[in-house]
Amino acid sequence: MPNILAMLIILVVAALLGYRAISAVPSLLHTPLMSGMNALSGITVVGAVAVFVTAPEGASGWAAAALVLAMINVAGGFWVTERMLRMFKAKSSDITEEEVPWQ
Amino acid sequence: MAVSLVAAVLIVGLFIVGIRLMQSPTSALWGNRLGSTAMLLALIWAFVSTGWADIGFVLVYIGIGTAIGLLLAQSVKMIHMPQTVALLNGLGGAASALVVWAAVIGYAGEDAALIFWGTSGLAVGVGALTFSGSVVAVLKLQGVAFRKPVQFPGYGHIFRATLAAAAVITVLNAAMLGSMYGVLVPLLVLLCLLGGFLMTLRIGGADMPIVISLLNSFSGIAAAVAGLAVENFVLVGAGSLVGVAGLVLTRIMCQAMNRSLLAVLTGFTPGAHTQEQKAEQEIATEPKSAALSEADLPGILREAKRVIIVPGYGMAVSHAQDAVRQLTNAFEKNGAEVKFAMHPVAGRMPGHMYVLLAEVGIDYDKLMDLKPINPQFAHADVALIVGACDVVNPAANAAEDTPISGMPILNAGEAKNVVVCNLDEKPGYSGVDNTLYDQDHVITVWGDASETVPRLTEMLAST
Repeated sequence: MPNILAMLIILVVAALLGYRAISAVPSLLHTPLMSGMNALSGITVVGAVAVFVTAPEGASGWAAAALVLAMINVAGGFWVTERMLRMFKAKSSDITEEEVPWQ
Repeated sequence: MAVSLVAAVLIVGLFIVGIRLMQSPTSALWGNRLGSTAMLLALIWAFVSTGWADIGFVLVYIGIGTAIGLLLAQSVKMIHMPQTVALLNGLGGAASALVVWAAVIGYAGEDAALIFWGTSGLAVGVGALTFSGSVVAVLKLQGVAFRKPVQFPGYGHIFRATLAAAAVITVLNAAMLGSMYGVLVPLLVLLCLLGGFLMTLRIGGADMPIVISLLNSFSGIAAAVAGLAVENFVLVGAGSLVGVAGLVLTRIMCQAMNRSLLAVLTGFTPGAHTQEQKAEQEIATEPKSAALSEADLPGILREAKRVIIVPGYGMAVSHAQDAVRQLTNAFEKNGAEVKFAMHPVAGRMPGHMYVLLAEVGIDYDKLMDLKPINPQFAHADVALIVGACDVVNPAANAAEDTPISGMPILNAGEAKNVVVCNLDEKPGYSGVDNTLYDQDHVITVWGDASETVPRLTEMLAST
């Protein structure tokens, strides 16, 4: 019983803190945010490891498939996010000139 | 339990810090790296807590998945990011469903609790729905199948009945404590696969950003519920984060299109019959007189000191990003200041357009969101529209009962002159004629943007 309670608390607290953090991400970074979330959803891999080593014969195949799929998400998600974020560049050095708004 | 709780709090905390670092493009890279480090810690913790059992096999499967993931991530083009994210959404959902399915087989016969059977049914169901929905989304985005929204009579009833049946079976399976899991869970999977298929089948291209965000959220919810089922704290916390992220983005996308999520999912289009008529009336009231022509273009472009470029998905379709960057350079060489007006739903997923422009080396501080850029159109000499239609259509504000009515638009029409580099004068995705095209200060240059935009660059250069 305390397990389910702890899990529900984690669920809610993570959702609240996550909500605050995610709402502050500018639209400039929404695509990398999403691909990063893809990587994060690969967290299923930890569940897959636990189930794989305890599962009986008939179940380990499914857990193995889950391991592979979850790791595609982890590796694919993080690497594609890295690639994207490396492309974002600010104006080099001549930032001083016309920073006044047009109005 | 205490140790695994502490480990979970630590790892999920690192994920949250990683997301917080994504608030600025300068720190975002480190946020991503912190996230991957936390993921590595989570994996090591999983090995430790299972006593490094079967570690050889586990590492082989992890290696296979990692290799496939890296290959995919390294080879994908930026224009294909939406389908890549959609694919990963689907794989995440499938992975969660498979883990729980394996746990179900493992637990069967044992004295598992009601909570296990309830959450496992939910996790398998949401995972399956995410998977099939994402597969359809990938096929649509890739242009392989279902490019047009598919509709058939009774669609709504079938969709609702499918979801209702899936819910009943989930409850039934839990109530029977899985005593008939061998029949009920596969049936649930089939129903949810059908549900996800139907859900996405009806979605049109312009609604894709919303659906991808929603499926992103589902993949997180599936992981979180799977965590509840297999009692894994890290899985619950991280899944919850992903679920919330997807929901936040879904809401932002819905607001940017002034559509309710329900309307998107049910394919409801307000006043689809009256829109043509309305648009015709609009045009009739605005007589064309002394309109500018392409001959005026070189002068207008050369004299422009303040330029706002409005990029749309059409620019990406004709691979004109590089041409747009060259034009930007030509403008700047000519002493003009160039900014980009970014509509939240430009592209096929949240933030897609930013990535496409960053890819060709356009600085992100030139890219401005709808709210800050809109007042600046009135001060701009030229608004240059490249492959965008609905997001600059004044009909969104003027006409009622069209699919885009009430959608916040970029007020490109307020610029002194407007140059439109779109493929043709056909309406955008919404099917509503663009009333901007007929205004006097607007010059339209129809054709493939990868050909028309370089022509503008030449006009600028040939002084």
